[in-house]
Amino acid sequence: MPVRKSKHHVVTLTVNGAEQTELVKPNTTLLDLLRETLDYTGTKKGCELGDCGACTVLMDGKPVNSCLVLAVEADGHSITTIEGVEQNGKLDRIQEAFIDQAAVQCGYCTPGMILSAKALLARNPHPTEREVREAIAGNLCRCTGYVRIVKAVLAAADMHTQQGQ
Amino acid sequence: MSELTTRPHSVIGKSVPKIDARDKVTGRAKYTGDLKLPGMLFGKILRSPHAHARILSIDTSRAEQLPGVLAVITAKDVPSTVYGISPARYDETIFAIEKVIQVGDKLAAVAAVDEETAVKALSLIEVEYEVLPAVLDPLKAMDEDQPRVHPGYERNISVEIHQDFGDVDKAFSESYHVRTDRFRGNRANHAAMEPHAAIAKWENGKLTIWTGTQSPHYTQYHVSRVFGLKMGEVRVIKAFVGGGFGGKLEPSAAEYVGSALAMKTGRPVKMIFDRKEVFLHNRGRHPQYIELTTGVTKEGRILGVHGKFILDGGSYTSLGIASAYYAGSMLPIVYEFDHFRFDCFRVHTNLPSCAAQRGHGVPQPRFAFESHLDMIAKDLGMDPIEIRKVNARRPNTTTINDLKINSCEFTACLDRAKTVSGWEAKKGKLPPGQGIGIGCGAFVTGAGYPIYRTKMPHSAAVITVSEQGDFVTLYIGAVDIGQGSDTILAQMAAEAIGVNYEDVRIVAADTETTPHDFGAYSSRQTLMAGHAVKRAGEEIRRQVIELAGQLLEVDAAGLDIDGGTVFVKAFPEKTLSFENVASEFFVRKGPLVGKGSYTPPKLGGKFKGAPVGTSPAYSFAAQVSQVEVDEETGQVMVTDVWDVHDSGTVINPDLLGAQIEGALFMGMGEAMYEEVLFDDKGNPLNANLAEYRVPTALDVPQMHSQLVDSYEPSGPWGVKEVGEGATLPTMGCYANAIYDAIGVRIYDLPLTPEKVWRAIQERKKLA
Repeated sequence: MPVRKSKHHVVTLTVNGAEQTELVKPNTTLLDLLRETLDYTGTKKGCELGDCGACTVLMDGKPVNSCLVLAVEADGHSITTIEGVEQNGKLDRIQEAFIDQAAVQCGYCTPGMILSAKALLARNPHPTEREVREAIAGNLCRCTGYVRIVKAVLAAADMHTQQGQ
Repeated sequence: MSELTTRPHSVIGKSVPKIDARDKVTGRAKYTGDLKLPGMLFGKILRSPHAHARILSIDTSRAEQLPGVLAVITAKDVPSTVYGISPARYDETIFAIEKVIQVGDKLAAVAAVDEETAVKALSLIEVEYEVLPAVLDPLKAMDEDQPRVHPGYERNISVEIHQDFGDVDKAFSESYHVRTDRFRGNRANHAAMEPHAAIAKWENGKLTIWTGTQSPHYTQYHVSRVFGLKMGEVRVIKAFVGGGFGGKLEPSAAEYVGSALAMKTGRPVKMIFDRKEVFLHNRGRHPQYIELTTGVTKEGRILGVHGKFILDGGSYTSLGIASAYYAGSMLPIVYEFDHFRFDCFRVHTNLPSCAAQRGHGVPQPRFAFESHLDMIAKDLGMDPIEIRKVNARRPNTTTINDLKINSCEFTACLDRAKTVSGWEAKKGKLPPGQGIGIGCGAFVTGAGYPIYRTKMPHSAAVITVSEQGDFVTLYIGAVDIGQGSDTILAQMAAEAIGVNYEDVRIVAADTETTPHDFGAYSSRQTLMAGHAVKRAGEEIRRQVIELAGQLLEVDAAGLDIDGGTVFVKAFPEKTLSFENVASEFFVRKGPLVGKGSYTPPKLGGKFKGAPVGTSPAYSFAAQVSQVEVDEETGQVMVTDVWDVHDSGTVINPDLLGAQIEGALFMGMGEAMYEEVLFDDKGNPLNANLAEYRVPTALDVPQMHSQLVDSYEPSGPWGVKEVGEGATLPTMGCYANAIYDAIGVRIYDLPLTPEKVWRAIQERKKLA
């Protein structure tokens, strides 16, 4: 039986600072483009419905569920995945805080959590606990009860203050 | 070696960072779905749209012709061996053979070049069904006129239990007060963030499976059995696991179907469940219908308890035999009583299978008992904490059903919970709409017996030291699913040998390279794998000390090792580095290896079902919660929860705290929000993570965690359980706090605003 060939699109996007040009199908999600084609598997697939937040990446600095963004919609945009958070072998202060505060258990939500937190601290360097909880409310975690994740984000904000950045 | 306990601990008791944390915060940690093998195919399963139907025909021809499809298989292409995880009831097959017995039952599978092609091929498989009437209500499942889920199980009874200890009738007749209450638990799902996934490869007559499993061993055992292979012909490698909570203990269709497709195609096959499939596979919490009758003296002392249970088991037995026994066997632990009757039916329905979820079988009975006990206290005019103290389990006692309790600081937990929660100032004294409640629990530190009969040790460990002596590697079958067992076992290895944590590497959970362990379930690894690691580490230590004695020309008995330095105890400045001694050992004698294993002592009574509930040790916990209830809407806000735990010696305080928080969180989700719902045809209504309401960061209360001093003689360094115990008290403690706040009692989980609101209206009508 012949299969109707899908029309492919060329998309050019920047992922973690590097420009990438790929041929994608109209229904390819940004999540699948990142994971399957570009091998950024730190971006996790948990529900494919935008419910769990495990696939959170930053698109032009804003957190998005990459399972709900089509690859064609990412054309021309700048994407940050968890692999792009560590810079020159140095962990981001949020990553350090997640380790120090024992905020990581199974780790499946961790990349999405860190990216949501990163977006929060970029727009609000001194969030309240409530603001932290609101910022990660779209990222489900089944292991931690969020206790140490919230502490880690607040600690990262403090580190930021101390470093006078 | 007794000197290990006399020296102050150097590595255990410290919150060292998690051994895999850096890999997890950078996205480098590879979970099964992240792995790619050359030539790998993608497998998908065709699942039944009917809860109960006879399969008349399956036509796969159109699917087979789709370009990109390499195999389409049905029951006729795979072994028909029945499997399960409880040997007493194997009742599942790789694909349904004559009929399907739940929505989501497995009919066929496709291997294709990519997921999209595989999904398209599934839509081309044509199945003709004769739809049969389905059993959906567990309370009617045993009626004579109901359809049979399995031909073999009369009246759909999967498990029937009648246990009688002491003389309950006499106890009731001698009681000052006897009370009966009925409760209902909810059908919960683990909702681990990572869906079930496996990659199977078949090469040279050997099957290799990478999987996100809680037990490589049970996977190897069951998969080899179903495919008629020797265990050595199946290698199971655990990748990083994105949470288990009981749902990944037994092999699923991801492993069985993936293996069948790999064998058929000769190419590696990746299987990943979508979220709906996770709910259809389920193996989550059994909904329990519970009737409790308890007789007490005027002073509140419990004389006897009769518990009657019906558990909705769903389609297959899975681990449900143990779940059913656990429902009753764990009741006599928290409070002491001498007369106990336990009647239980686990019934089959045409709904997804229920099995083990954090706290296996025990949280709902605890919800029931803790609620029931509060009502008894009210009847007697007693304070809820007081009635618990009157009945609290004491150390070095044996329950009426022959469970031996060693360490137990339950009374201390109650006292501390009372103090830290401000109970005295709050109980009955909070403003209207606010309340405070208590709930308690106890849990096993590892099941006393494995799931199938075997004489193998429960855990084993090998430690090797590098030829240069600069690092040690722990080889262990124990399974880190996120709870941190790799970290605490590495800490234990460092402690037992006398080296630094940073110098320990770990290779874990691979049936070909690591020694046997049963896996991550029943909160068993810290104690059981811990014993094996301690023994292996001590063997290294002995060998290093013996050689160091020769090198220093002193008696080995006068030497010790700490922090990577061997020293003479009487002259601590006289030292040798561990590194130098260990490298010299290799020169003289070859590899420096230590090994250890652990088998629990023979535990429990001789009656049927006696093994379920046995354990070398038990944790205890008391929780107090404070709530605010909006009487207009029935909305309940839990503001604070105080958990006080008796967990024995602590290996890693941060990781232990994280386990308590996570377990309490799972209990609160089930208490307040979570329930898998079905329509009248057995279709799930909320098989996704939006409508199955997993709590978010905005939904959780402030958690305050406290430990009481405790030492468990049966555990290495005095350890016991922590991973599941904190799930048990939460549901009852919330229900009791709601009662304290507004005077209405909710008997039915979850404690939703609708139920609270209706109960308030009911109360108003009566007033």
